[in-house]
Parts: sequence; C-alpha cells; structure tokens
Amino acid sequence: MTVPGPWYLVLAACLFGIGATGLLVRRNILVMYMCIELMLNAVNLTFVTFSRMLNDLGGQDAVFFVLVVAAAEVVVGLGIIVAIYRRRSGATADDISSLKG
Amino acid sequence: MVNAAYAIVALPLIGFVINLVLGRRLGEPTAGWVGTVAAGGSFVATLVVWAHMLGQATAHRTTDLTIFTWFPVAGLHVNAGLIVDPLSMTMALFVTGVSTAIHMYSIGYMHRDPGFDRFFVYLNLFLFSMAVLVLADNFLFSFLGWEGVGFCSYGLVGFWFQREVAAVAAKKAFVTNRVGDTGFLLAMFLMFAHFGSLDYSAVLGPVALHGIAGTTATAITLLLFLGAVGKSAQIPLFIWLPDAMEGPTPISALIHAATMVTAGVYLMARVAPMLQYAHATAWVVASVGAGTALVAATIACSQDDIKKALAYSTVSQLGYMFLAIGAGDYVDGLFHMLTHAFFKALLFLSAGAVIHALGDCQDMKLMGGLRKYLPLTTIVFGAGWLAISGMPPFAGFWSKDAILASAWQMNKALWAAGVLTAGLTAYYMSRQFALVFSGQARWREARPVASPRTGGDHGTGGQEAPGTGLPAPAHAEATPKDPSWVMAVPLVVLAVGAVLGGLINLPFFHMDFLSKFLGPAFPTATAVRVSSSTKFWLFWATLAVAGTGLVLGLRTWQTAAHPRLEPRFLRRAWYVDDILAATVSGPMRAVASGLAFVMDRKLVDGLVNGVAGSLALSSRVVRRVQNGYVRTYALGIGIGVVVLLTYLTFRTGS
Repeated sequence: MTVPGPWYLVLAACLFGIGATGLLVRRNILVMYMCIELMLNAVNLTFVTFSRMLNDLGGQDAVFFVLVVAAAEVVVGLGIIVAIYRRRSGATADDISSLKG
Repeated sequence: MVNAAYAIVALPLIGFVINLVLGRRLGEPTAGWVGTVAAGGSFVATLVVWAHMLGQATAHRTTDLTIFTWFPVAGLHVNAGLIVDPLSMTMALFVTGVSTAIHMYSIGYMHRDPGFDRFFVYLNLFLFSMAVLVLADNFLFSFLGWEGVGFCSYGLVGFWFQREVAAVAAKKAFVTNRVGDTGFLLAMFLMFAHFGSLDYSAVLGPVALHGIAGTTATAITLLLFLGAVGKSAQIPLFIWLPDAMEGPTPISALIHAATMVTAGVYLMARVAPMLQYAHATAWVVASVGAGTALVAATIACSQDDIKKALAYSTVSQLGYMFLAIGAGDYVDGLFHMLTHAFFKALLFLSAGAVIHALGDCQDMKLMGGLRKYLPLTTIVFGAGWLAISGMPPFAGFWSKDAILASAWQMNKALWAAGVLTAGLTAYYMSRQFALVFSGQARWREARPVASPRTGGDHGTGGQEAPGTGLPAPAHAEATPKDPSWVMAVPLVVLAVGAVLGGLINLPFFHMDFLSKFLGPAFPTATAVRVSSSTKFWLFWATLAVAGTGLVLGLRTWQTAAHPRLEPRFLRRAWYVDDILAATVSGPMRAVASGLAFVMDRKLVDGLVNGVAGSLALSSRVVRRVQNGYVRTYALGIGIGVVVLLTYLTFRTGS
C-alpha cells in the first residue's frame, strides 16, 4: 500500500505551520532555529513529493540546494548564537533589539 | 578717418586695463601718466573725427559704426555701435578735453596718496564709460555707459572709503541714481514695445518722419527725464550731489560738475525729435530746471564748505541747461553745458588748489586773504568766478544770456526764475571769492584746529598730506603756496576756456559757430523769435541783476560773520534731505521691517521649519515599526508573503 501524494503535502503544510507558529511565538533563539529547520524541511518534503508525483527530478535537485543553504545557515546562525551566549547569560530573541529605530 | 571714433572709446579702455593690471607696479607717477596719455589720445582721436566731420556736407555728418552685435535675441537686436554726429561729437570733444586736463591735474593732486593707481584706474574707466554713453548708437549701449559712469562715481566718491562719511555718500549717490535709472529702463521697455528697436536711428528716425502719438511721446520722455533727474541732480533727486563732494576734488570737477552730471542733458537733447510731440514733458523739464536752478542757488548762498557751495552751484547751472532743453533751445543748452564744463571744472580745480595750500581745510569761514599767497590761483579762480557770474565777455555770460532769451519766449515766470538765479549766482560766487581770497587771513589762527579736525579732502593719507610732499605738521606751519606745474597747467588751460569759451557761439557777426554746427542736428528746435530790442532789454536786465548780486556779495563778505544772511533753512538745503527721510526712508524702513517679520519670520522660516517638523513627526511614527524584535519582522515577512500570494493567485485566477 502506498501513501497517496496529497497526504505528504498535507503533512508538509502542517509541519510548515508548526514551524512558522513556533518561530513567531517562541523567544528562545535555539528553538526558533529549530522551527526554521522545520519549515525548511517541510518545504523539502513538498519538493520531493511533487518530484515523485510529476516524475521530474528538478524538485529533488532543489532539495539539495535547500539542504546546503540550511547547513550554511546553521553554521552562521549557531556562530552568532554562541557569540551572544558568551556576552549574556540567557538569550531570548527580544533581548537582542538594541538596533531598533 | 571716421574710424578714429573707435579709438575715442578704446584708448581709455586700454589705459584702464594697463592700470588695472600693472598699476601697482608702475606706481607713481607713471600710472598717472598712462591714464593721462590715454585720455589725451582719446581727445586727439576726437579732434581727428571732428575735423573729418567738418569736411563733410551738413547732411552727411552722421555716421553709424558697428563694433559687434551685442545680443541678437528674437525680436531684440542690439549692436554695440557708435554714432558719430554733431551732437555726440560736441559731447565727446569737451568730455575728452576736460578729462585730459583733469587727469593731468590729478597727478599732482593725488601725489603720495596710497590709492594713486586705483584712482587712475577709476578715472580711465570713467572716461571709457562716458565716451560710450555719448557715442553709443542705441539706448541700451548708452545705458551701459550711463551705469558705468554711475559705478565710477560710486567708486570715486567713496575713494577714501575708510572714512565713513565718504562711504555713506557713495552709497547715497548710487542709490539715488538708481531711482532715476528705473525711469530710464522703463522708457527703454516702452520704446521697445512701441518701435521694436532701441537704436537711436530706428526710434528717432520714424518719429522725425511720421510723428508719434502725444501720450506715448510724453510717457517715454517723462520716464527718460526721470533718469536725467537722477543723473543730473535735479529736484527732488539732487541730494546726492553735495554729498558726493566727499570724493577727491578732481572727481568733483570731472564727474560731478563737468561731465557725468550733464549726461541727463545729453539724453534729453538726444530725444529732441520726440520732445517735440510731448508738450507736457517740455513744460515739466523747463519748470523742474528753473525751479532747481533757483532753489539750489539759494542754498549755495549759505554753505560754508567751499566744495559744497560749488556743488549746489552745479545743480543750479544744470537747472539752466534743462530750462533751455525744455524751452526747445537745445543748442544753447549744450552751449551752456560746454561753457559750464570749462568754468566749473576750473572753479573746482582751483578750489582744490586752495584746499591743498591750506592743508585740507575746506571751510571758507576759515580762509580769507589768500590773494597775497596764491596769486595764480586767485587769477584763475577769478576768471571762473566772473564766467559763472555771467559777466561779459566771459564764457558764462553768452550761454546764460541765450538761455534766458529762450526762457522769455516760453514763459515769463521761467525767465524771472532764471534772472533771479543769475543774480543769486553772482552773489554766492562773489561771497565765495571774497571769503576765500580777500579780507582777513582767518586761517592763521584757525589752522591748528582746522587742519586735523575738519578732515578735509585727505582723511586717510596717513601722517602725510598728499599733494605737497611735506609731512602734515611742517606743512601746516608753512605759508600757502600756488600748486606745482602739473596742477597749474590744467588750471591755466581751463581758465583760458572759461574766458574765451563764449567765442564758439557769439550771437553777432555770424560767429555762432556752435549753432551752425549743432543747429542742423536739431530740426525740431524752437526758433527764438525775440526781437532785438527785447533782447537788448533782457540783456541789460540780466546784467543789472547779476551786477547787483556781484557787488553785494563782494561788499558783504569781506568779513565772515553774517549769520542773518545764512538762515538755517538754507543751510540745511530746504530740509529736502529731512523731508525725504521722513516721507520716503521712514515708511520704507517700516515696510521693510514689517516684511522682514511677515515674510521672513513667518513665511520663509515657517516653510523651512514646517518641512523639518513634519519630517520629524512622521519619523516618530514610522520608527515604531523597527522595534528590533525578530518575530515582528518575521510576522511582517509572513504577512507580506501571504498578501503577495493572495494577489498572485487571484490575478492568475481571473
């Protein structure tokens, strides 16, 4: 028995929604990071699903790009987070608002 | 030969440039000689052109020379060109001639002045501008010269600008002239609107041929006369001329007596064809002229300053010229301009010699008895005195007599004013002569006080009194002496002119050379139809009045104290300055300060501050958006994506 394509899409949408909501409501930077990863992977899931449904390898190509970008982003983002943790004890995203207008 | 006319204009310009660039290096007296040679060359060039013109038939004496096209704008085509005709030649002859004499005199007079070279820069520039003024072949080019002489007048009145009075007087001269210039400009606009050109030939030619509507002619000539009133110091704009005496004495002689102030008379003579159709203007010109002549003569009777008395006298004599122009007697107006140029320049220059001899004392009440010490100056001043007083056979007599005959024909009241002025002229000039040259030597006791305090002509010359080569203290002790030869030669030349100037236009034996030369240039002149018996009677009446004035002036002023003859009203020049201050300057000042508050504070400042304020306000609102919370930004991005997607979906959907 194979799972039909639209189910994957629904799952991806749910994952994306969870990620987006988490990004907006949580203040812990690490958690926000995870949420971003969640959203990225939801998108990846969509790509792969469509790739299978439409028999087009382009979607799987795109996934590789997303993975690479996500990896790079994690490197930079975690670097920033570590730097912030060195300067202050805890870190919620709202604390880092000293550049506001 | 007629091309020498270019040189009349070019030589002073070259002299000006040389002195401007190299003047400081040339130093004294070379810079002065450069200027004098340039002026003299200009005079010679004028003589050449004039001689050439005399060889032509009367009908062919007008030549138009184009130098270059000044500006060709659609519809308005103005050339920088020269017109050579009897009128411009007459003007050019005496302008360059008198100018040369005064240039030379200045070498002596400005000796040891720190601004020696600057003086000659201005002087040459003035001569250039004046030559342009009288030789230009259109109104606009003339106006260039008109403004040029105005500027030089400003620079030279304020030549010793470190003295505040001089700087203020220069400003006053310039601003007062500007009032008149407005009239000149408006007249040019009107002429362009009406004739489509500003050339003398294109404006005055058609007028002479086909005539012109009376109202247009009146408007144009009245506006031009406003310009003339400013430049030639007539009522009510004469107030600048006496103050202009703050300039060096050669300037008073050249610009503020002989040449520049006659520019207004020249302008009115130039538009003679138009004046024919403007009867109202003719009456205004004649009345203003006669009125100014009389008023200024009364003021001159009560002045202490030797130069101010002469300045009011100049104003008065210019009034005579306008009286002649108004009466349609252009030739005699110009005749008087010529003779006046000689004797007034002479009077000023000899006054300068007196001022020098006394170590910069200008108060006539502190002079007296100088006859013994300054024999030459006494003689030449005496010649000028008799000439301006209208004593036959000196120059002033002939021209004044001719003007009075024309005035008699026009209106008896104008004539009466003229005769009264003649009497007053003789009176105040005799007063001046008596105060300066005869009676007690009042300068002996007055000198220690007078020399430094009255300031006189050379306020900034430092410790040295320019012109004598001696330090001031030693100079003050010395007895007054006649001037050196560079100053004496022009004095003698001008004195000869003042004595014999009348010869150019004698009313008998067919010796009216000037009338023959200039007459054809003024076909519209009013013919003088006064019978010879009337003329004879007028002659004796004028002579009697002038003689009475002469004797009264001489007898009264052997001593200096006659306060009853110098009422405050006259000493303050009929309070014209005060009236103008109250009626014009006061309200203007109020309006200006009002405008400063309403316009500047409220409108301009309000506008600028308003822009800044509204920006600050909007920034304060927009700033809230950038609150630094990442989730807000993320939300913004999210909403943006949703909106974009919605839009795209619905667009492609429809």
